[in-house]
Amino acid sequence: MRVILTLLLCSWASVVAAEEVVIGLDKSSVSITTNFAGDNIFIFGAVKRDAPSPEAPLDVIITVAGPSKPVVVRKKDRRFGIWVNTEAVTVDAAPTFYAVATSAPLNDILLKTEDLRHKVSIPRAIRLVGESDQATDVERFSDAVIRIREDQGAYKLNEGGVDFRDETLFRTTVDLPANLTEGAYETRVFLVREGAVVTSFRSAIEVRKVGLERWLFSMSRQQPLMYGIMSLAIAIFAGWGAAALFRLFRLG
Amino acid sequence: MGLTEPMQIYLPIAEVSVNAFLLLGLGGLVGVLSGMFGVGGGFLMTPLLFFIGIPPAVAVATEANQIVASSFSGVLAHLRRKSVDLRMGTVLLIGGLIGAALGVVVFNYLKSLGQVDLLVRLCYVVFLGVVGGLMFLESLRAIRKSKAGVAAPKRKQRGWVDALPFKMRFRTSGLYISVIPPVTIGICVGILAAIMGVGGGFIMVPAMIYILHMPTKVVVGTSLFQIIFVTGFTTLLHATTNFTVDIVLAVLLLIGGVIGAQIGTRIGARMKAEQLRILLALMVLAVCAKLGLDLLLMPSELYEIGAAGGH
Repeated sequence: MRVILTLLLCSWASVVAAEEVVIGLDKSSVSITTNFAGDNIFIFGAVKRDAPSPEAPLDVIITVAGPSKPVVVRKKDRRFGIWVNTEAVTVDAAPTFYAVATSAPLNDILLKTEDLRHKVSIPRAIRLVGESDQATDVERFSDAVIRIREDQGAYKLNEGGVDFRDETLFRTTVDLPANLTEGAYETRVFLVREGAVVTSFRSAIEVRKVGLERWLFSMSRQQPLMYGIMSLAIAIFAGWGAAALFRLFRLG
Repeated sequence: MGLTEPMQIYLPIAEVSVNAFLLLGLGGLVGVLSGMFGVGGGFLMTPLLFFIGIPPAVAVATEANQIVASSFSGVLAHLRRKSVDLRMGTVLLIGGLIGAALGVVVFNYLKSLGQVDLLVRLCYVVFLGVVGGLMFLESLRAIRKSKAGVAAPKRKQRGWVDALPFKMRFRTSGLYISVIPPVTIGICVGILAAIMGVGGGFIMVPAMIYILHMPTKVVVGTSLFQIIFVTGFTTLLHATTNFTVDIVLAVLLLIGGVIGAQIGTRIGARMKAEQLRILLALMVLAVCAKLGLDLLLMPSELYEIGAAGGH
């Protein structure tokens, strides 16, 4: 395994407790190639202390968030006997991917107020976006985003997914699905004690289409006419080629 | 590094990862059917692409591109046999291009309203239902007649089509008719091509036979000729306005489709015409029923996430 050790030191030292977090990621970028079928990121690190640790136990929360994009959530209703989209709510930005891994059940280790401040849990990560006033109760629409994306494996909460040893070493693996959106994936690590965030650290992993994927995608956006003509040319050539090939077989 | 499997293909425009053999297989299956029945197969492929999770907008645009390929090999064969009425094809094409442009405008407008899925599905249910139903009844009647041993009465209809102005002579088809009906048929098929991602052969062929009274031997070649240009134009419109043509998806479907079509042609040659038609009718009705039930039954998930307009 090719492991790029990107050891990063937290610059922001906590004033309350002299504890810092040092983390490493096994890669700094994820490449979407033609045969991309998902990937995983291995996140590990350690707690650095100047003084002995306080009595209360320490816990770790790790989040990975994909790029946020505006989405429209539509609700179906029965009209004239068939199900059609009726109400719609625009969510200014919802992460395309969001994973939370913790060393203990999230509700036990993080206070609601801290969650609200740092936007850690899945519902908070969604609601950090500007809410629309078009529909009667926006709550159900943001719940729907979470439900659908959880079903797709794009949002996941992995309680107990962080292996935390001797209040010092921690590690976890975050699985990235195959249907990944390009962009910067922000990784955050929080150290929490008695429900409050002691210190945190953030880093980013770049997810990019490469090679043929990159080339085709850029071309389709930057030179759509050329791309369209190329698609047609390939189609016509393939159609002609197939006909010619099979005539050859029949004659031969 | 990574969990790369050789069978998975990441589609750059659809942004989903699909099994390559599944796509080749789908292409092959639809190819066999289109070879057997002499239809483009777009009306089956597009719904199948919905079922495997390709975004509808990408499925429709990519299928238009794939139809260009499958029709091109067909039209070459017909040109060699001189069974293409180029003049009629051009008239139909003028209507088709107007229709395709209208269709893409309607498509994009409904996309902004979030109703494009509904429109595409409704179009499918209505057209597949009507065409499948008519074809089913007609082949039943034909089978009953061939059993009774009565030859179908030959009739020459002189209807409203002959009363229209702007007449034109179509030598290959041996017709002297107004250009209004072919242009209108062209427009309708063009709209369908853009909205449904189909060539429209399954609408155009019956229309040419029953409304224009064209000789059967030039019908398929002429409709293929027109379809290439209309779907080609549709592909360009979708590529430039929606960025939804996925070339990787198109190529995979194409490879399967081309091989399948050759197998299908051989199977088709061994079967009776009425049997073929009744099978095709049943298949069309089955796809129609599946799509219709999806609209009628309460969906398990009432909410749906879409990209915000104008990204």
